[in-house]
Amino acid sequence: MASLVGSRVERKEDKRFLTGKGRYTADINIANQTYAYFVRSPHARAKIKKIDTSKALKASGVVDILTGEHIANDKIGGLIAGWAIRSEDGSEMKCPPNPPLAKDNVNFVGDPIAVIFAESLEEARAASELVKIDYKVLKAITNLSETMNSETIHEGIDKNLCYDWLLGDRQKVKEAFEKADKIIKLDITNNRLVPNAMEPRACVIDYNTASEEITCYTTSQNPHLSRLIMSAFGGVAPEHKLRVVAPDVGGGFGSKINLYNEEIVCSWASKKIERPIKWVAERTESFLTDTHGRDHVTHAELAVTNEGKFLGFKNETIANLGAYARVFGTVTPTYLFGPCATGVYVMPAAYSNVKAVYTNTAPVDAYRGAGRPEATYTIERLVDKAAIELGIDPIEIRKKNFPTEFPFKQTLVHQVDSGDYFAGLEKAKQMSDYDGFASRKKDSEKRGKLRGIGVTTYFEACGIAPSPVVMMLGCGVGLWESAEVRFNPTGQVTVYTGSHSHGQSHQTTFAQIAADELGVPIENVDIVHGDTDKGTFGMGTYGSRSLTVGGIAIVNACKKIVEKGKRVAAKMLEASPEDVEFKDGEFVVAKSNKKKTIGEVAFACYLPGVRDEVKSPLPEGEEPGLKESAFFDPANFSFPAGSHIAEVEIDPETGDVKLDKYTAVDDFGTIVNPIIVEGQVHGGIAQGVGQALTENAEYDETGQLITASYMDYTMPRADNLPNFNLGFTCTKATTNPLGVKGCGEAGAIAAPPTVMNAVINALDGQEIQMPATAEKVWKACKNLKKSNSKAA
Amino acid sequence: MKNFNYHCAKDSKEASKLSSTNSAFLAGGMTTIPSMKLGLATYKDIIDIKRIKKLAGIKVASKSVIIGSITTHSEVANSKEIKKKIPSLASLAEGIGDPQVRNRGTIGGSIANNDPSADYPSACIALDAIIHTNERKIESSKFFKGMFETALKKGELIEAVEFKIPEKSSYQKYPNPASRYAVVGVYVAKHKSGVNVAITGAKSCVYNDKDLSKVLSSSFSSTALEGMTLNSSDMNSDIHASAEFRASLIVTHAKKAVEAC
Repeated sequence: MASLVGSRVERKEDKRFLTGKGRYTADINIANQTYAYFVRSPHARAKIKKIDTSKALKASGVVDILTGEHIANDKIGGLIAGWAIRSEDGSEMKCPPNPPLAKDNVNFVGDPIAVIFAESLEEARAASELVKIDYKVLKAITNLSETMNSETIHEGIDKNLCYDWLLGDRQKVKEAFEKADKIIKLDITNNRLVPNAMEPRACVIDYNTASEEITCYTTSQNPHLSRLIMSAFGGVAPEHKLRVVAPDVGGGFGSKINLYNEEIVCSWASKKIERPIKWVAERTESFLTDTHGRDHVTHAELAVTNEGKFLGFKNETIANLGAYARVFGTVTPTYLFGPCATGVYVMPAAYSNVKAVYTNTAPVDAYRGAGRPEATYTIERLVDKAAIELGIDPIEIRKKNFPTEFPFKQTLVHQVDSGDYFAGLEKAKQMSDYDGFASRKKDSEKRGKLRGIGVTTYFEACGIAPSPVVMMLGCGVGLWESAEVRFNPTGQVTVYTGSHSHGQSHQTTFAQIAADELGVPIENVDIVHGDTDKGTFGMGTYGSRSLTVGGIAIVNACKKIVEKGKRVAAKMLEASPEDVEFKDGEFVVAKSNKKKTIGEVAFACYLPGVRDEVKSPLPEGEEPGLKESAFFDPANFSFPAGSHIAEVEIDPETGDVKLDKYTAVDDFGTIVNPIIVEGQVHGGIAQGVGQALTENAEYDETGQLITASYMDYTMPRADNLPNFNLGFTCTKATTNPLGVKGCGEAGAIAAPPTVMNAVINALDGQEIQMPATAEKVWKACKNLKKSNSKAA
Repeated sequence: MKNFNYHCAKDSKEASKLSSTNSAFLAGGMTTIPSMKLGLATYKDIIDIKRIKKLAGIKVASKSVIIGSITTHSEVANSKEIKKKIPSLASLAEGIGDPQVRNRGTIGGSIANNDPSADYPSACIALDAIIHTNERKIESSKFFKGMFETALKKGELIEAVEFKIPEKSSYQKYPNPASRYAVVGVYVAKHKSGVNVAITGAKSCVYNDKDLSKVLSSSFSSTALEGMTLNSSDMNSDIHASAEFRASLIVTHAKKAVEAC
């Protein structure tokens, strides 16, 4: 039987999604439901003096209005940071309370203060205009570089500093820098991004007054985690009385990892008002309150020899947490960022120092790549700058510093199990026709255009593991994953996974894996996810972990099924289990033609008897049924890597940057489904190009988000992108039985430096910050003309 | 959205009669409806003029093209007559918004709204258009008064727009990367009497750039514009383009327009 792993199996999800048969949270309606509308702060920083809901309570259709005071009276807990990070001096990080409804202070525009439940959404919204809130407006703190010298936002958090974290050895770095021929210095910003999942956040809550169970349908990447937080920290209900369902979810990109205010408030309130509740975010609410991504200011230095050998690296970063610390908010700029900042290179000495600060802006958390795009942008821009200053070809300087042996002990933390960075770069060089660039540049110049080429070689660390290490680093939970494989008596298989698909196509890839392991047709395998009442506790999907952690749990559960199958088949075939082999769905007794299909074995497991005879196919002591589960905790992260090469053409008259060519060569180890992997790479690159060229979440000095709609926030569109030229190399991961590595974030990690290196190359090395918008590029082109005319 | 009374007028007279200080005419509704949904505008009466037959259709005369006010952007974009007589006008219409907007939005609506970044007002200025209302005929130069402001009086309804057919013309737009409205739009039209260079997006209201028009009237070539800099002191400045950048884009796009003529 041909292996399904590796083949271009069409997506099982397509029919549902492409014909409008997906079932999203907003599609769910419960009889007698009320509609929630949140009253939010219009100020970035203010004290709440008084809230008067009396008029609004009398408005048409209003069922109830709840505020932070009700929350406090009921002792409902707030939102939490999932990782405890220690400062360089050993002190614990400082986190402010983040109540689900603000009671005394508001800290960003959009911070929810009250919630109105009404018979219709229109009535709820109309009533919101009658809620009177008296504020004492305070000066908003929004400038990241000045935050530590500004007024204190949260009581007791000096300098607005959550932590001042260090990874690496300052002394070693100092010594390395003393030996350097040259120090390359770089100041960069990692622009703030709004994740913009296509489906806005939503929740539908159904409280059963008899069973006292709350069902919360929500747009989550990790329903079990949401249930755990809502129960253990929110105190909304004990876990067994709380069911969280994340049905079809239309994209997350990290913004749906967090349990948000609205889910806690509506779950708690449904019990209070004894009515079902529906809440769906408006797009503006998504802009204002979804966790944002990136937002770093970095000074980095690279110590080099004249020959282009790297001696040392330092990274001083201020990371914006926004108003509050959220689930992955504190780890994203530390353990997900710092270790990767030395890139794919042998770096004898390095440190990353990160100061994470609070500002009066929306909370910042994981966004596709989470820390690794920021790290890759830092090192890859720095390496390109070194290449320019030393007069070495960007590809050659990279090769000079690649590791030649694996496992590769990367300077800060990671032990990279496998890779071949030379092979990837060489392939990208060929595929992009790197050597033909000079003639293409000439051609552009003939048309009055500037042309640039940019290279990035990256690695990233995803599928965070193993749990003991993760928890030692400060994570509040272990990052294993669970799976349960159930055979039906008639031979189909249902696989329950703790991973969650919100665009990743698990229904297809996980079915490929299970079908291969069990030797059954893929049509007979169904994947179930996203419901805490179905399957085992799981950790959800983020950080490119589904396949490398969740997929392997499925493999392991399937292996247990096969083991039991062997014992049962042996009994049925009157052989010894050691003599039974399993292949292509059949249990065969060695050196014989005696065999049973896995379907026959499953049937026997469920119907263990024969009429008129006391005879069981099950061995003595074997339980009936065929169902196994597994928890998988990998030995290490997985380390995908690759080389991307981009070419841009710039119109100096308008500053327009046209991304003309984009080549990506990635090493994701074993590829389960090339169609899906290519889709992941496409999406990731598009988002990375967005960061490099168009996207920027901008707050003004009063803390208003001035890019709060698609009229001003520039998403990359099809006409901003070329056809992507994709290639793959393969070194298998050694830390899991399939040899797979994560692929979901790679594009978003590699694209920003690739595109920016190309833009800066076109501008003769003139540095500009992301996004490279028309006006910035136009100004740079004007400088170029000036310096050219001076030179002439 | 707040409740309102919906009226469907059968002719201009009825539409005008129904109007008040708290009403709006509804054609394509591309600005009115979103404004109402966002709570930025509320009206007691909405007067739908989409069924008034007199306001529909495209007529070609010897020296002008007359477009009924409820003609959609896609009708203008696809009109064989307009493509033949004033191709730049058809291509302007083709570049407005997206297909949904072009299938709903109307020329009369766009002009009556006079958004500082809208495309059509520049066509009116460049093509010496005459705005026909139910009460009078207004020259374009006297019609566009300021940001979202026109010479229209309460209850006055645009019935048609009459564009003068130029010898040559071209509209070049630099779209806002997010909204795709005009950051600047430059409409160059060469008439027997001289050249008009109408600019949208750059200031609070569409205008005829006297300097560019003068230079191109004496020499209709892009080289004539080489090295020109415009005064940007009263130009718009926002996160997408500073006034200085807009001024530069105008010259660049005027050159492009001349070259495309």
